[in-house]
Amino acid sequence: MSIVRKSGNRFSKEIMLKNKSRMLRASTLSLALALLMAGATPVLAADSEVDFRAAYAAAETANKEAGLLRNQWTVTAAALAEARKAADKGDFDQAIASSKEAEALAKASIFQATSEKTLWKELEIH
Amino acid sequence: MRSAIHLASAALALAALAFGAVPSAVAADTPNPPADAKAFRDFFTQKFPKVKLEDFVNGPYSMNEDLHRQWEEKEQFPPYEFSVDMGKEMFSKPFKNGKSYADCFPNQGIGIRQNYPYFDEKEGKVITLELALNRCREVNGEPPFSFLKDEMAALTAYMAFTSRGKPFDIKIPDDPRALEAYQNGKRYFYTRRGQLNFSCATCHVQSPGERIRAEVLAPALGILNAMPIYRSEWSGMGTISRRFTTCNTQIRGVPLNPQDDEYRDLEYYLSYVSNGLPISGPGARP
Amino acid sequence: MASTIRVRATSNGDITEVQALIQHPMDSGFVKDAKGEIIPPHFIQQLTFEYDGKSVFVADWGGGVSKDPYVKFSFKGGKKGDDLKISWVDNKGATDTTTAKIQ
Repeated sequence: MSIVRKSGNRFSKEIMLKNKSRMLRASTLSLALALLMAGATPVLAADSEVDFRAAYAAAETANKEAGLLRNQWTVTAAALAEARKAADKGDFDQAIASSKEAEALAKASIFQATSEKTLWKELEIH
Repeated sequence: MRSAIHLASAALALAALAFGAVPSAVAADTPNPPADAKAFRDFFTQKFPKVKLEDFVNGPYSMNEDLHRQWEEKEQFPPYEFSVDMGKEMFSKPFKNGKSYADCFPNQGIGIRQNYPYFDEKEGKVITLELALNRCREVNGEPPFSFLKDEMAALTAYMAFTSRGKPFDIKIPDDPRALEAYQNGKRYFYTRRGQLNFSCATCHVQSPGERIRAEVLAPALGILNAMPIYRSEWSGMGTISRRFTTCNTQIRGVPLNPQDDEYRDLEYYLSYVSNGLPISGPGARP
Repeated sequence: MASTIRVRATSNGDITEVQALIQHPMDSGFVKDAKGEIIPPHFIQQLTFEYDGKSVFVADWGGGVSKDPYVKFSFKGGKKGDDLKISWVDNKGATDTTTAKIQ
């Protein structure tokens, strides 16, 4: 930027030129920083998405196993849906959290089905 | 605690196998349906000594005097009347090929509801009334109905109505597959499921007469005798399939498909242990 | 077409007890269907029971009454063999009427 002022002003040409170059350097620096960060951000986002996909896949696998045991829970499906919804919005932190919750619920339903294979007898009327 | 029990029983089973002995667990696993049915009946008659055996088919009304009185009044003008009439009309109307439901069932479908479900030895599976009705439609070129309500409920309502008062007469033939189906149904009944970790028994064996939220729980003895039901909660009719699937959802378990093997076997077990109790269907429930 | 009104009226000489079951969807207009669209309001607005030319029971209903409503009431008078006339009008202007004999 060039501001022309009357000489005699403390903002004399030399000082302005110095300021200008300082500002230029500063803006170059901040631009460089911005570029660096801009370059970095997609990398960070990609990491989140990769983590989400892994967490979601793990949850789905567990839920499928629960399905083979004929014992899926409605809340597991709900958590998976929440994860998908968050991921669609780009909120991968939430998406990962929901996926992990879904996986925990699915695993609990598997444990329930497996342990009930013998435990049901405790409720039987004799 | 549970894993300790598992380890212990696993060790026992292994030990038994190692010694070539037949583990006693196998003998205990051979189902004895008549003994089960007697134990089932005794459990409820002892728990509720003031309830007559045949009254158990009235579900929550047998557990609560005030509800019973209101229900008796309503039975003079029952909400399932429209469904029975619709069922009767459907029964008399032939399919496009000229045949009708009467051709698919013994005694033209009249007064036979108490014999369902039965074990089909050719197919090796349990056949319920709802399944038989849709199969009847399909072999006669008609599209099947939803198993849950409307037309299916109307047909079963009419058939139940023609069997009112007749005692449940479920047979288990001397066939290991039939015994297995019976046992599967029993196991389903007592197995906890869903996030709420309830089994059918949790409500209907451990807590009949008590409340879950605002509802009074029905005893498991005679629980299918009033089906299908007009349920105020549904503002309409529902079949056995509807009740099984919605119950699963209520305890946060993903329901299976109507008439999946588990449900057919469950209906087989529950009907058998209620042998001798009269068909009271169709019914009305809160 | 069959009547939507089923009625039973019994007199003990002094008081007549009336029960009626009416087939009607009674949609309040607040419920959504499976697609998420509002099921339009469709309910009985007025229900009238007439004996001997006079109204013995009139109900002004809204969407709060459930499907297939059941009504029970008693009125003084009414003789066996006499007619009881029942009619309703709903918010779409549809009507139905039936006459029953007091038993």
